[in-house]
Amino acid sequence: MSMRPISLTVNGTTFTRTVEPRLLLSDFLRHELGLTGTHVGCEHGVCGACTVLLDGAPVRSCLAFAIQMDGATITTVEGLASDGELHPLQEAFQEKHGLQCGFCTPGILMTMLPWIAEHPNPTEAEIREALSGNLCRCTGYQKIVEAVQLAAGGGRGEG
Amino acid sequence: MKPPRFAYHDPTTIEEVLDLLHLHGDEAKLLAGGQSLIPVLNMRLTSPKVLIDLGRIPMLAFIREEAGFLALGAMTRHALVERSALVAQRQPLLAEAIRQVGHPQIRNRGTIGGSLAHADPAAELPAVLLALGGSVVVQGRGAQREIAAADLFQGLFTTAIGPTELLTEVRVPVLPERTGWAFVELARRHGDFALAGVACTLTLAPDGQIAGCQLALTGVGAGPVQGSAAASSLVGKMPSATSFAEAAALVQAAVEPESDIHATAAYRRHLAGLLTERALAQALARVSRLEGGAAG
Repeated sequence: MSMRPISLTVNGTTFTRTVEPRLLLSDFLRHELGLTGTHVGCEHGVCGACTVLLDGAPVRSCLAFAIQMDGATITTVEGLASDGELHPLQEAFQEKHGLQCGFCTPGILMTMLPWIAEHPNPTEAEIREALSGNLCRCTGYQKIVEAVQLAAGGGRGEG
Repeated sequence: MKPPRFAYHDPTTIEEVLDLLHLHGDEAKLLAGGQSLIPVLNMRLTSPKVLIDLGRIPMLAFIREEAGFLALGAMTRHALVERSALVAQRQPLLAEAIRQVGHPQIRNRGTIGGSLAHADPAAELPAVLLALGGSVVVQGRGAQREIAAADLFQGLFTTAIGPTELLTEVRVPVLPERTGWAFVELARRHGDFALAGVACTLTLAPDGQIAGCQLALTGVGAGPVQGSAAASSLVGKMPSATSFAEAAALVQAAVEPESDIHATAAYRRHLAGLLTERALAQALARVSRLEGGAAG
């Protein structure tokens, strides 16, 4: 099928690539750009591991095609830390042990990043609802909830 | 778990979409938000030769108030509806239901037109459109028609929209005066597809009698199911636990749910009644609060 050139911004850098229409955004990020921080779990929109920010809003990168992203701005988990310094949200996950195997973590971070900016001092119930689209098979979520609570209370003002 | 090959088009006008639909017929699928279509492509449950992406047609995304109804463009994303002050004010049932569609990540991509045209038997929006007596506008080459919700849904993943027509606009009547509303569903996990769900409105006359009721259910049939007998049984009665329980029994008698791995038919029928009672009670509490607010 006919390939098409696309140009998009990922973590502040503009990339131009030629893609096949059926290439998923998740596979584009991993295989074309080498950004393997975006994880691929279920590939049908259930697990949330592949969540990235599309123009600032969290979306499943397995439920979008790269070819649709011409002109888009994407942020992946690689866009969080700068100059070797963890983002406050990442620091909160480290401090509260909000991960075990870490497979779900990038998707959770990218889901919660804009959410905590919009929800200062959230309740535990609100956090659990906000996390409902991300599956974690290790932690029982308790530590993840604590990490989000810490980040939402103390890490505001960061993009 | 990779989609099959397809040819991709991303037209920028409705006319181009209609031309492509005429050209490719059954071999083409329309791609709206993709939150239902891309999973089935990934699982290779369908293999369209052509995908027509509607994402580059800005005139299909809007929310505006017209005479007695809200008009929403087919490509209006759920998140936009969820955050719309106009929707919250003029049709709070839609605002409440849309927050229960999928997860936030899904609502950032999913569209109101896509959800209705897909007609999933467990989806929220078909039941809302049916309960409210809404409609959709579909555009064919040189002809436009409006399809009432009662005629739109024709069974499992099936609608009255023709193969060369495009759903362009969703019309949702605004909430009448003295009317409460509720969308109540039960899902195993917040954001999952509902095992059963109920959309309802309840209108009270000045003397407190029920002047009108609208009821529709999701998850308990091949498509959204109207609770007409239950709704009309309430009209003229005073709202009470007894009259709500009688309506719930009528709903249970009317639905024909199926068993699947998530729930048995008997449990779904039980839920249909229980959720109807809860939805009616919540709608009543809201209309009473509105009335109290107006009196104060």
